[in-house]
Amino acid sequence: MSQVELIDITKSYDKQKDVLNGINLSIEEGEFFVLVGPSGSGKSTLLRMIAGLEEISGGFLKINDQTVNHLPPKERNLSMVFQNYALYPHLTVEQNILFGLKARKVEKREQQIRLMEAAEMLGLTELLKRKPRELSGGQRQRVALGRSVVSHAPLCLMDEPLSNLDAKLRANMRVQIRRLQKQLGLTMIYVTHDQVEAMTMGDRIMVLNEGKIQQVGKPITLYNEPENLFVASFIGSPKMNLGNAAFFADGNHLIIENQLHISIDPDVIMGVPKDRNLKVGIRAEHLFPGESKKDHIHHLEAVNVEQLGNETLIAFEVGSELWTAKWPGQWTIEFGQKVPVQILPQYLLFFDVETGQLIQSADIGKLREVVTI
Amino acid sequence: MRMANSALEANETFMYQVERVKKKNRKLSFIKGMLFLLPSLILFSVFLFYPMLKTIYLSFFLTDAKGATTVFVGWDNYKEIFTDSVFLKGMKNTFLFVFYTVPLTVIISLFLTVIANEKLKGIGVFRTIFSSTMGVSVAAASVFWLYLFNPTMGLLNKFLELLGAESIGWLTDPDWALFAVSVTTIWMNIGFTFLILLGGLQSIDSSLYESADIEGSSYFYKLRRITIPMLSPTLFFVITVSIINAFQTFGQIDILTQGGPANETNLIVYSIYREAFVNYQFGSASAQAIVLFIFILLMTALQFKLGERRVHYQ
Ligand SMILES: Nc1ncnc2c1ncn2[C@@H]1O[C@H](COP(=O)(O)OP(=O)(O)OP(=O)(O)O)[C@@H](O)[C@H]1O
Ligand SMILES: [Mg+2]
Repeated sequence: MSQVELIDITKSYDKQKDVLNGINLSIEEGEFFVLVGPSGSGKSTLLRMIAGLEEISGGFLKINDQTVNHLPPKERNLSMVFQNYALYPHLTVEQNILFGLKARKVEKREQQIRLMEAAEMLGLTELLKRKPRELSGGQRQRVALGRSVVSHAPLCLMDEPLSNLDAKLRANMRVQIRRLQKQLGLTMIYVTHDQVEAMTMGDRIMVLNEGKIQQVGKPITLYNEPENLFVASFIGSPKMNLGNAAFFADGNHLIIENQLHISIDPDVIMGVPKDRNLKVGIRAEHLFPGESKKDHIHHLEAVNVEQLGNETLIAFEVGSELWTAKWPGQWTIEFGQKVPVQILPQYLLFFDVETGQLIQSADIGKLREVVTI
Repeated sequence: MRMANSALEANETFMYQVERVKKKNRKLSFIKGMLFLLPSLILFSVFLFYPMLKTIYLSFFLTDAKGATTVFVGWDNYKEIFTDSVFLKGMKNTFLFVFYTVPLTVIISLFLTVIANEKLKGIGVFRTIFSSTMGVSVAAASVFWLYLFNPTMGLLNKFLELLGAESIGWLTDPDWALFAVSVTTIWMNIGFTFLILLGGLQSIDSSLYESADIEGSSYFYKLRRITIPMLSPTLFFVITVSIINAFQTFGQIDILTQGGPANETNLIVYSIYREAFVNYQFGSASAQAIVLFIFILLMTALQFKLGERRVHYQ
């Protein structure tokens, strides 16, 4: 199995400004590591550097404690699934899968064994004689996976492999990839720009923005304690509600977006400076329906309602921001209606306006146990 | 019952109307299509279809020196050319010429393309050089080679002299003439072939190579398993065009050898030209042209038949 270490990695194309900057990272053996970030943040570049397809401008890349900066791709002992699958259009599925084994002159019998094994696992047995153009998107995807499976390489890199699939197939493939990785004990580095994919698949997630690491951690940690505003708004769907806020002179009242007055027990906000402008955030599921409750009720104007069936998303206008609440069940709410909403101070996250860094995460978030069975 | 009937009738009239509108639309789109085709139809008719029909017509006649028909001879012109030693020699030369030029042109161009496709500094200069003969006209190229082949002052013989070898009459020695013309032709055609092949090579998705790199493929494995098969449609195109071009070679023959020595470089198009405009035998020249046309047609059809099985299209 493989362990990957990136030490102060930088990358710039043609001496222009850095695409990646100061990447320090350690990926454990057998880990499912997800790289996530918006378009152009440098995810593919990082992955291609690990694969050896892109030169490393600065820093060291270690695989199994060996510096591999100058090793060509074929000597790094890894497999890669490309975003566009990179299947050879003139070869059959079988030839595609065996391409690498033939190149490495693996013994014929061994080739067949691995082929059958992979075909079985991925449900490709019926399709071995077909050409890629005769396959559906999901089947091509599985062939691309098959190619990486038969290589028996301990480190597998995937670049947005599911981005071309429909929602249902994508959900199905997520499970399959995850299971495959656990079954074979692969170390996986998986690139995606879809934060749902990142949350559901990763053992750990790294959020990248403009070539810099924003945060590395477990999905739940990123969700509950985002280190800065970028991570807060990037992770989670719908995204976290954010607003400018300031304390009243007495330090017991918070005004959000010049509209919401919230009285806070000083104990809750011990670490938060009272004399500064702040950003506060609150998750959509923490804006509770307020009709049968008494304290911390605010009447907000609903500007949009989305019925999802099992839950309802309601958008409220709060100052210049739109806040979204996620309520379980089905709610009938008119546009423009004033709706009572409960905003409990325990659920608020506080960020520094200037640096965007987290000052204090939701009190409740830390207390609440993640249910483990 | 009545109601149903009238409904049915209404339906029928409706269907009838729909039919009529459809017909009108079809007519309209036909007229539009014709309008688009008209310019090329006119050009083709004037410069292609008419001369071709005229050639077929002429091939059944004897003519005077001006090309006017005199006596109808039916298939006689055709029968004669197959016993005409000059024509047969021209045929043989043409096949030899194709055999000398086409494979070499394609192989050399392919080699140049593959090395020019490497990502190296200054490779653009080489690409420009390799494709430059594309911009040289047949006449200029022929004159250029005429100087190189010159028996006394030519660079080639000077070079042989330097090596202490005997000088060669490149264009006057019957053993060397066709070879010399072939070399000129290969040199001329490399530019075009190179450019087309380079285009084909660059349209191959680079991620295929990257993927192969990761899977541990060697340079020649990639060349054999990816480059050549992915390039096969382009190669096929280039080969077909090269063969047709070789069959139609005229300019360099006219400038370099005029078909000599002893008809050794008398290729079929040149022989047709001689028959018509030197011997004034327009009838038999036309018959030869038709035979050549049928030959090229058959060759190309055969290639497509063979090619289809081997060529991989996306
Ligand atoms: N060959 C190149 N030359 C110059 N700049 C490049 C090159 N490849 C990528 N870049 C730049 O590097 C940055 C990161 O690109 P990268 O492909 O890694 O983004 P990404 O995070 O994978 O985005 P996406 O989600 O859209 O795939 C972008 O700003 C891009 O413009
Ligand atoms: Mg990318």
